[in-house]
Amino acid sequence: MTNHWCDIENADSIMIIGSNAAEHHPISFKWVLRAKDKGATVMHVDPKFSRTSARSDFHVPLRSGTDIPFMGGMINYVLSNKLYFKEYVANNTNAAFIVGKDYKFKDGLFSGYDKKTRTYDKSKWAFELDDKGVPKRDPSLKDPRCVFQMLKKHYSRYSLDNVSKTTGVTEENLLKVYKTFAATGKKDKAGTIMYALGWTQHTVGVQNIRTSAMLQLLLGNIGIAGGGINALRGEPNVQGSTDHCILWHILPGYLPMPKASMPTFEAYTKATTPVSHDPESANWWQHKPKYMASLLKSWRGDNATAKNGFAYKMLPKADDGEDYSYIFLFDRMYKNEIRGGFVFGTNPAQSVPNSNKARKGLDNLDWLVVAELHHTETSDNWHRPGIDPLKNKTEVFLLPSAQRAEKAGSISNSGRWLLWHYEACKPMGESRSMGNIYVDIINRVRGLYSAKNGAYPDPILTLDWPSFYDAEDMAQRINGRFTKDVEFKGKKYKKGQQVPSFVALGDDGSTSSLNWLYSGSYTEEGGNKAKRRDLSQTPMQAKIGLFPNFAWCWPVNRRILYNRASVDANGKPWNPAKAVIEWNGKKWEGDVPDGGWPPNATGKGRYPFIMRKEGHGQLYGPGLQDGPFPDHYEPVETPITSHPFSKQLSSPCYKSVKSDMDKLAKPGDKRFPIVLTTYSMTEHWCGGGETRNVPTLLEAEPQLYVEMSPELAKEKGIDNGEVVVVESIRGKVEAVAMVTVRMTPFKVKGKIIHEVGMPFCFGWTTKGVGDATNRLTPAVGDPNTTIPEYKACLVNVSKAKKVTELV
Amino acid sequence: MPKAFFVDTSRCTACRGCQIACKEWHDLPTTATKQNGTHQNPPDLNASTYKLVRFSEHRIDGKVEWYFFPDQCRHCLDAPCLEVANGYVEGAVIQDKKTGAIIYTDRCKQLKEDECEEVTEACPYNVPRRNTGTGMMMKCDMCIDRQQAGLIPMCVKTCPTGTMNYGDRADMLAMAEKTLVKVKKEYPRASIVDAKDVNIVYLIQDTPERYYEFVTADNSAVGLPMSRKNFLAGMTKPAKRIFG
Repeated sequence: MTNHWCDIENADSIMIIGSNAAEHHPISFKWVLRAKDKGATVMHVDPKFSRTSARSDFHVPLRSGTDIPFMGGMINYVLSNKLYFKEYVANNTNAAFIVGKDYKFKDGLFSGYDKKTRTYDKSKWAFELDDKGVPKRDPSLKDPRCVFQMLKKHYSRYSLDNVSKTTGVTEENLLKVYKTFAATGKKDKAGTIMYALGWTQHTVGVQNIRTSAMLQLLLGNIGIAGGGINALRGEPNVQGSTDHCILWHILPGYLPMPKASMPTFEAYTKATTPVSHDPESANWWQHKPKYMASLLKSWRGDNATAKNGFAYKMLPKADDGEDYSYIFLFDRMYKNEIRGGFVFGTNPAQSVPNSNKARKGLDNLDWLVVAELHHTETSDNWHRPGIDPLKNKTEVFLLPSAQRAEKAGSISNSGRWLLWHYEACKPMGESRSMGNIYVDIINRVRGLYSAKNGAYPDPILTLDWPSFYDAEDMAQRINGRFTKDVEFKGKKYKKGQQVPSFVALGDDGSTSSLNWLYSGSYTEEGGNKAKRRDLSQTPMQAKIGLFPNFAWCWPVNRRILYNRASVDANGKPWNPAKAVIEWNGKKWEGDVPDGGWPPNATGKGRYPFIMRKEGHGQLYGPGLQDGPFPDHYEPVETPITSHPFSKQLSSPCYKSVKSDMDKLAKPGDKRFPIVLTTYSMTEHWCGGGETRNVPTLLEAEPQLYVEMSPELAKEKGIDNGEVVVVESIRGKVEAVAMVTVRMTPFKVKGKIIHEVGMPFCFGWTTKGVGDATNRLTPAVGDPNTTIPEYKACLVNVSKAKKVTELV
Repeated sequence: MPKAFFVDTSRCTACRGCQIACKEWHDLPTTATKQNGTHQNPPDLNASTYKLVRFSEHRIDGKVEWYFFPDQCRHCLDAPCLEVANGYVEGAVIQDKKTGAIIYTDRCKQLKEDECEEVTEACPYNVPRRNTGTGMMMKCDMCIDRQQAGLIPMCVKTCPTGTMNYGDRADMLAMAEKTLVKVKKEYPRASIVDAKDVNIVYLIQDTPERYYEFVTADNSAVGLPMSRKNFLAGMTKPAKRIFG
């Protein structure tokens, strides 16, 4: 979230798109309803009428995978009706930047495309630079090659007619949303966008989100109270686990993963640290070497020195151009290239797309360690239905892990708040917290290396590894410590003391920090700030429900990101009634500003988007793999064979793997005419491994279902409550038909397209509930993140002749 | 001053936190359920389900409406179940003076099976259920144990949206009237259900029959041969409830 949960209350208009917030984030509706009480309009754009729609002012059904046309249409509407916030756009975004002459866009493809590698040469999209190396600008926004004019041209194709016949949304409904949300382009109005996996899980996932960034920049909705782009993260700590690098391509604090082409610390920092020649750009990532040096220092203590490049060389490096995400990991497993592994807190046999293949991949492992609360489809893969356990070679170790109430530690919520939770009771039996399990395993490995001196022991033995797991100690290490006596901002710190903020981190080995973003969370002065529950606030903060002394928020307790964009050049808020920050002539008041520099009119300020090299919000985003402007591409499996925006039917860059089990239905495949979308639900969490073992939750949602419209049910002769078989080119799944008016057939290019929806939480280890929905979904991914396209694929539905999975 | 709930169904997201928390607090067993083509599960109140979120969906003039109703005992001011049960076993059902809660005591176990059926029949909202194992009559106890310990009832505590509200009866009634004015702007058929007779006061967005058959004491509109209200009124109720 750029903003945070309580801030939703400040919105005048709320668009929930790609999210079923009321069901998946029930608490969010506390704030949504408060906004509604104050007069906000709440709109839900989603294929299915859900519990979110029931509490919204209106629901707009949209065919899965057509969010870019929907949003592109709104961008076009805002531009053609001049509803954007001009001063904001001109000053805070890259609208005025001049795009280089190499940039072209023709029929769905941008310049620089290589058909063979399915990648772009992004250098073709660069800005035109002046002699100092700063992007050229036209503040009048009239230059035909400035971003603003390019943007207008690009989205002029997104007419109501084109959008309507692609998305299946009526023109009337399109205008209803466009008008309501575009009305927040005024100084005193705020609109927020709430999205979740309904946006990310597409082969155009990142570009879906880009459209909201662009729209919100045009409307001046970033940095303000009640605005922003708010990603509703999955479990309570998905934000925290991402911050601490649960994904393969980053290290803690969003530092890039070292690659083979970056053999030394110097090579790494040179390749990954952006350089800006614009003195007004803060270009915050220029500090990357300090954060990386401190990270390496926290990993290896005294064994990491400036002289040895902080032992960077010992890190494993990713091969350039390789992808190590789930789709590829399981493909390698299927191809017998992986011998064993650890599965902690996830259930891939259930949640990886094309799970028939994932399960077979797991069969190829010699050994598997699973840490879980319960047996799951992953831990018990070796004796799944239809398999002879005697023929399965995998040796499985199931480590009992503690439930969250049985351990202390922090979680970071979607609003980036770090919150401490306490151990409510001791772990049951022999179960332990994940931290405890992990620290002890590595200590045993270290012991073995010390005793037996295995191949290349250095990376293991030089670690600054704790002898036992202590959550409080780990929180301190995350914040970071001084590694020698220093003076910082007039204050003396002893070696081993906590650093006060990431500004204190150095690239000379004087500091350690496991995650620079969390520096400031556990200080000498404030202790463990995640434990703070103080509701005190200033009258200014009270106006926007900002509680700076409750918990702690990264970065540096800043509750609303990019908040320098909420004020004019003199530091005066666009909307004084809901001011986030304000310059009082001497200092900023309100939230922690995005940098303490004075307002920009003083000439000593900095542009508000400090994490961007150029300091501006990116209407034009030349950093992505699949283009600087989002354009419509159909899902890889689509019921249509052409769309009105270009000849490029699906993403030219989407990622996929090839094997005998990775079949894809052709566009418009008559055998699979129905769109399937998959989702979670309130009662079960993710793959259901935990919640299916909670009797009250299983009682409330006991079995796998498929939601379908009465029109489709009639066509197929299916009655409500009877068991059907849902079939894709990859697999078959039994489900109970839930025939409901909440599903709507879509009129797309004059034809009716049906869509069905299924949860993915039911698996065979719980008897009679059904089995993995993901046996249907394809292993194709977004070019930037490789997130799989769970949200749209092709299936057919028929009555079940024999029921085996639901009895 | 007796306590009351104001249940504003116009805020309910059917997260079922109340349903689950009620079960957890009372340590009630679960029943084996099946997916029958609806999210409502268990299908009805039962001896181990005091609180059940009911779902009903409609397409009205082309617009989809999905109504949620967190059902439970209404804790009537003059409870017919109390009168019927105590007619057979003195003290089987009591009304807690302080909170107004209708409480089934252990003496309910002395009621014969057909007498229990009569108790259920007497309830205009079809709430009480008999545990066939223990013979005990079961329903919401307004978390009397929590209230006596200074805590608010579990379903209210759990509700994230402001659907479940708890407080002094007068305050809850005032809140209901105030909310109705607001909700009526969007839902002109909205109403407050049986506020004069019950301590669990519901606001519904649409006509009662669009929710389910026992939303109000007067369910003649749903086409039963004789409305329960009239049936029970003939048996036990004073005249004011027949016409009131």
